[in-house]
Amino acid sequence: MLEFRDKTTTEALIKKIRKISTESNIKIMHVCGTHEMTIARWGLRGLLPKNIKLICGPGCPVCVTSASEIDFAIKLVKEKDVILTTFGDMFRVPGTGSSLSEAKSQGADVRVIYGIDEAAIIATKTEKQVVHFSIGFETTVPSIASEILGSKTLKNFSIICSHRLIPPAMDYLLSSEDIEIDGFICPGHVSTIIGYEPYEVLAEKFAKPMVVGGFEPADILLSILMILKQIKAERPEVENEYKRAVKKEGNILAKKMMNDVFETCDKGWRGIGIIPNSGLRLKDEFTELDGEKKFKVEIRKSQDLRLGCKCGEIMKGKAIPQDCRYFGKACTPESPVGACIVSAEGPCYIAYSYS
Amino acid sequence: MEIVIPRRTKEELRRKGSRRIPRTIQLSQGAGGSMMEALIENLIAKRLDIKSSFVGSGIDKLEDAGIIDLGDIKLAFTTDGCTVDPMFYPGGSLGSLSVGATINDLAVMGAKPIAISFGLILEEGLPLDILERTLDRMSEVCKESGVPIITGDTKVMEKGKVDKLIINTAGIGIIQGDIISDYGAQPGDKILVSGTMGDHGMSLVALRFGFQSNLRSDEAPLWHMMEQLLNIGGITSAKDATRGGFGPNINELARKSNVCFYVYEDKIPIKPEAKRLGEVLGIDPLSTACEGKIIMTVEPDKADEILETMRHHKYGKEAAIIGEVRRNPKGQVILETEVGGRKALHTSVGELHPRIC
Repeated sequence: MLEFRDKTTTEALIKKIRKISTESNIKIMHVCGTHEMTIARWGLRGLLPKNIKLICGPGCPVCVTSASEIDFAIKLVKEKDVILTTFGDMFRVPGTGSSLSEAKSQGADVRVIYGIDEAAIIATKTEKQVVHFSIGFETTVPSIASEILGSKTLKNFSIICSHRLIPPAMDYLLSSEDIEIDGFICPGHVSTIIGYEPYEVLAEKFAKPMVVGGFEPADILLSILMILKQIKAERPEVENEYKRAVKKEGNILAKKMMNDVFETCDKGWRGIGIIPNSGLRLKDEFTELDGEKKFKVEIRKSQDLRLGCKCGEIMKGKAIPQDCRYFGKACTPESPVGACIVSAEGPCYIAYSYS
Repeated sequence: MEIVIPRRTKEELRRKGSRRIPRTIQLSQGAGGSMMEALIENLIAKRLDIKSSFVGSGIDKLEDAGIIDLGDIKLAFTTDGCTVDPMFYPGGSLGSLSVGATINDLAVMGAKPIAISFGLILEEGLPLDILERTLDRMSEVCKESGVPIITGDTKVMEKGKVDKLIINTAGIGIIQGDIISDYGAQPGDKILVSGTMGDHGMSLVALRFGFQSNLRSDEAPLWHMMEQLLNIGGITSAKDATRGGFGPNINELARKSNVCFYVYEDKIPIKPEAKRLGEVLGIDPLSTACEGKIIMTVEPDKADEILETMRHHKYGKEAAIIGEVRRNPKGQVILETEVGGRKALHTSVGELHPRIC
């Protein structure tokens, strides 16, 4: 990987970006938490010409999980005799009120795991019901699907299915009249699974440049350069910068597994709203593994955003964290008001942690 | 999204924002990050702040050790509670960690450790050989540092009421020269680290996730090396980069000294294996613990000699000068990345979790 961090390479790319860049403002959105990490981790924004803005879209799976799903998980683990497993990033995100971390410190059995296989192992060793709070985009879904296929016989295992899909969200953002985006860096990890065919429809429909990018600093800079070249040549299309990992058709086996287990549904994205066909739910034959159907838990009205919280606007690229009156004051990683300041992939967390 | 630095410094905002402390204790509050700082600074230290004329530096200063000032004699006094799972691991053990941590807390204050105490809390059913091996490790480290254990206390608790074995240690050191404080870094000073960062934490991460690796804990009692450095002089501040690792500890020095620590990322020594494992899991070795490393600032004309002396010592072979102290922005650590970008390095919040994808 070292060649992708080599300073002579990155400097050469920055020179080329400066050379091709005009004075007009260019807004490039990415939809991946790890892209944001790369940009912030290496201080890339400061190296670009001022008129090129990198915007952080809804690419953090934790940030877009609705409050109602978190509220359900909290109420479930507090009221029923279950073990709730989830990924570490989800642990401290507030629902309408509290978080799973608070529920755990009050005695609920919440366990942070690193892969869904650990949840299934817990289920084989206990009589209790084990519910996995399952979040993530297309990158995470195949491993969940594989575990679901292997866990059909487990009577005490189920999931809260909170998976979301990226291309419908890109479509939604590009369709919104008040959101200006000049090009997309498409998510590298997601694309290893789905390939880049799904973006071709979008690039054609909206006439926007789209480049699948990798995760090293040179990857990001090269992706930006490719987008700028497309803008200059007025040839909006999909290009693949991350050739060493992403194929046009993606991972056929993983896609098949996803389709065998899940089907699409409309889904609410925290702070953004309902996006058609952007969610996944278990197919009928896996109903017994659906935690939301298995357990009857009534939640009172959930609230995605506290009044004034700008998480939604930020993920649509319409605001920056510093526009929010809570940011860094009432809302900090230690004491979050909104979801975007909790996960290491969240735009507010990253803005708070790096400058 | 665009990044803009707010008018007030981030640390000011952070401290203001972190006043709210959850009403039940959460794991993140023990992980060495900003949630732990908030608990200690805003609750523990405030409730236990009692003034006395013998106190040269009290709990409100949040130094590695308190200072007892008896006029001609100045003593440093510190304590550590230790629990680690597993109890024995490559490069160290709970026993060696417990006394090593106390010796190092005294050493970085410029104090020669002269006596140590222990408190053992044992779980009913603990195999005796575990206790024996633990005591042997404690004894080995104390012998190496030439410091006796002079008093102790032992309790046994019912099975299930405590996890196997918890050790508390306390130590007294005598200050024969200058007190090395967290508050003393000056613009112009060089910033040094005594070796690779994050070894202890990353070796435990490797164990936890079942990665085969050659990473070992860097546990080491540092008094003898520190003694040589104190004889050279010019050390303006020092800290052992224990819980939370490099990030929180260097931030603490910058904040307390009210200066900017400007650090060149490519100069920070990190074991290649730790770096790679960190990338695979999304855990930054700069946010994981060291148990035998010092971060210090040194007057510029003494920096090379201090560095050479560190490198000649067995615990400082990979020491490096990693940056310099600047005047502004005050209270912040600025990292110049390997590709030339700049960013503020902040204290992590709580426990570190591998990212989702």
